[in-house]
Amino acid sequence: MKPTDLGNIPAEKLEFAHQSDIRHDVKFETKPLNYFQDAWLRFRKNKSSVIAFIIIIAIVLFAFLTPLFSRYPVSFSDGIYSKKLPKSFVLSKIGIATGTRERTLSDKGYAYTLGIGIAAADTDGQGATKQEGLACEFSPIVSGGELYTSHNKNYHDCVIDDYLETGFTYMQVTESQYEDMLAWQEESGRQLIYPMVDISSDFNFSRTDANYWYKTDDSGNPVNSLGERLDINKDELEENYLRNTDGSIAFYQGKASNMKYVRVLYYNYFIYKNGHEPAFLLGTDGAGYDILVRLASGTRLSLLLAICVSAINLTIGAVYGAVEGYYGGLVDLILERVSDIISGVPFIIVATLFQLHLVATGKVSTFTALLFAFVLTGWLSTAYNVRTQFYRFKNQEYVLAARTLGAKDLRVMFKHIFPNALGTIITSSVLVIPSVIFSESMLSYLGIANMNSSTQTSLGTMLANGQQYLSTFPHIIFFPAVIISLLMISFNLFGNGLRDAFNPTLRGSED
Amino acid sequence: MFKYVLKRIALVFVTFFIIMTMCFILIKLLQPEKPMLGAQAAMELARREALGYNKPILVQYAIYLRNILTKWDWGTSWEIDYMAPVNEVIFDRLLPTVLINLYSMVFSVPFGIIIGIYAALKKNRWQDHLISTWIMIFVSVPSYVYAFIVQYFLSYKTGWFPLIMSSYADAGGTFFSWTMFRSMVLPVLALSFSTIASLARYTRAELTEVLTSDFMLLARTKGLTSRQATTRHALRNAMVPILPMIISMFIGVLDGSLIIEKIFAVPGVGGLYLNSINLLDYDVFMAVGMFYTFINLSSMIVIDLSYGFIDPRVRMGER
Repeated sequence: MKPTDLGNIPAEKLEFAHQSDIRHDVKFETKPLNYFQDAWLRFRKNKSSVIAFIIIIAIVLFAFLTPLFSRYPVSFSDGIYSKKLPKSFVLSKIGIATGTRERTLSDKGYAYTLGIGIAAADTDGQGATKQEGLACEFSPIVSGGELYTSHNKNYHDCVIDDYLETGFTYMQVTESQYEDMLAWQEESGRQLIYPMVDISSDFNFSRTDANYWYKTDDSGNPVNSLGERLDINKDELEENYLRNTDGSIAFYQGKASNMKYVRVLYYNYFIYKNGHEPAFLLGTDGAGYDILVRLASGTRLSLLLAICVSAINLTIGAVYGAVEGYYGGLVDLILERVSDIISGVPFIIVATLFQLHLVATGKVSTFTALLFAFVLTGWLSTAYNVRTQFYRFKNQEYVLAARTLGAKDLRVMFKHIFPNALGTIITSSVLVIPSVIFSESMLSYLGIANMNSSTQTSLGTMLANGQQYLSTFPHIIFFPAVIISLLMISFNLFGNGLRDAFNPTLRGSED
Repeated sequence: MFKYVLKRIALVFVTFFIIMTMCFILIKLLQPEKPMLGAQAAMELARREALGYNKPILVQYAIYLRNILTKWDWGTSWEIDYMAPVNEVIFDRLLPTVLINLYSMVFSVPFGIIIGIYAALKKNRWQDHLISTWIMIFVSVPSYVYAFIVQYFLSYKTGWFPLIMSSYADAGGTFFSWTMFRSMVLPVLALSFSTIASLARYTRAELTEVLTSDFMLLARTKGLTSRQATTRHALRNAMVPILPMIISMFIGVLDGSLIIEKIFAVPGVGGLYLNSINLLDYDVFMAVGMFYTFINLSSMIVIDLSYGFIDPRVRMGER
């Protein structure tokens, strides 16, 4: 039937719809959605925000759980194992975090590196061959090492284990420590104390580097007992061990009374000290701190600071904005001038003054001073948002009705108007978090706020300390930079998602 | 309008004065500087006497204000540049900061706007999604992370540019030589990423809003092609809020970025500020602080006023 035929419906066929059952108001069968359920529905549709939220949760879990599972406490630092590459025994099976790197060595460097393995294989000082050295489990050379010549110079491309490359160190121990080390050696079957090098001999290149156990000339090249250069590709290295008066190999040198000067294999010494093999999942930084646990500590600090700031801002901003917006007029004018003045002071100056006045004089901790600085300027935007919302709603009919019924100011403000501003407030207090994290990292990077100590650190300090190793050990700066970028991106995405969810009219204008 | 401008400017000066008073008192409450008694001990003591260093704080402040108003004298630097007037110390460091930020602005403003326009025109297509994702990432990631990235890849790995900015002497005693320019490329790049991204985001948001408005429909109805309608009507209207933003960015050029200046060893105002804190050179600290405050306030007022200048609706609404 065409729409134009509607006039020609035969009378008997015409029937009113719903004539029999007059519909009264029917109760909704679906459950009513409150404001937050509605927002949640919209938020869920925004995939990127949901992912961002999951990332945030993951980072928070990382920050708070890592110290529980880590083998190293935050204060752990090992000056000798500093700047080590990421290593994990589990992950190295699939080829990441192996703790190794490729290096091209000259003959001299190759002799030095190979020498560590040879010396490690030679537990009793009776000598070991290059083959034994390469096969030794403590040899830094994992693979490669073939000789090639370019421009009349010999090179060896090797894959080198960063942890084993440290090799040997000299160490001063007391009598009882020495006994203890010998006992541990016996018990674990790991060689800890190796033959002492004759450090005062003419053939010793360095008095501090315990890896020169072989005879060397003045520039560190291996030589034989006659002082002739050895070719590492053909000859074996010649040992330069210290002898006792009876001609046997000496394992220590008595430098002072009760103190023994010994040469230890640092890899085993680490096991002796810490009870497990050295492997840092994210490596160690320039001071020998475990990056993983320091990173968690820094992230925790940033997050705690950001959440504290956000919570305080929310309270102050909401009350201030409510008073401003509700009363308007002179009150608004005066309070606006106050916030004008506060917003005119650059944040960096506020933070500096707080640090100089409160922290340098030892009145409060750096954390508290930073908190003050953030709170002093941070609540302005919350207050501004709340004020705008109050202006929008305070003259609406339902508010007038409430006032006519005799509601007090406080009730009208917080029962009737404030819930309308809730969405905006929540959004802005989430968006405060990334900006606090950024500013905190900036201040600690610049050294204005110093939160670095043996028990805590901050992301900015980690970045600042890692910067000098940017070319040689980029992993030190890489992990903090990744975490802070992830935090910033995901908090911004999450905040934007919340804003869209709470305010459907904003949809699509900014993604 | 004129009255409005005057009122705003007067308010800014009042605000500035209040902030200055607070800062001065707070700084002077710190551990006072001891006389250095260097090579020019007699002159130094005379200068300290003239600045009222051993008088009560409020008297000092009166002297300070009088010096600024009558002689444009912002005090003396003791630690950074012994006995040099503070305004000279700041002025010497202003040029590198301004240059780096200016280059960055010149580079990123056109880029940002073009990318934003492109994204708005391709709204909800894959180009737009790609650009929006990039914008989100570039806006969020802190600028120092870019600094590390460009340093690592464009300096260490490829060696195309120097790691840090050349010193004044290395560049042949001028900030406009080729060596200097080349060494400025990395800091400029590091600064530009986020500026480009935030401009593009803003442009995109404004333009998409304008493109969906009724007068665009009218423009198309009266026979303009899509291109004509976009350039004549949409872009102009979208520029209304963008222009003040750009203007305030140009004022912010003086402000510089502390962190970028530190990473690239730029001999600018930011470095001076950090130095003045570390060495506790109070007069310099105070003057640089006021400099930052002034820039902060003026960019706020420029945004306020330029809305009135550019958009007649705001001006009308004010009356």
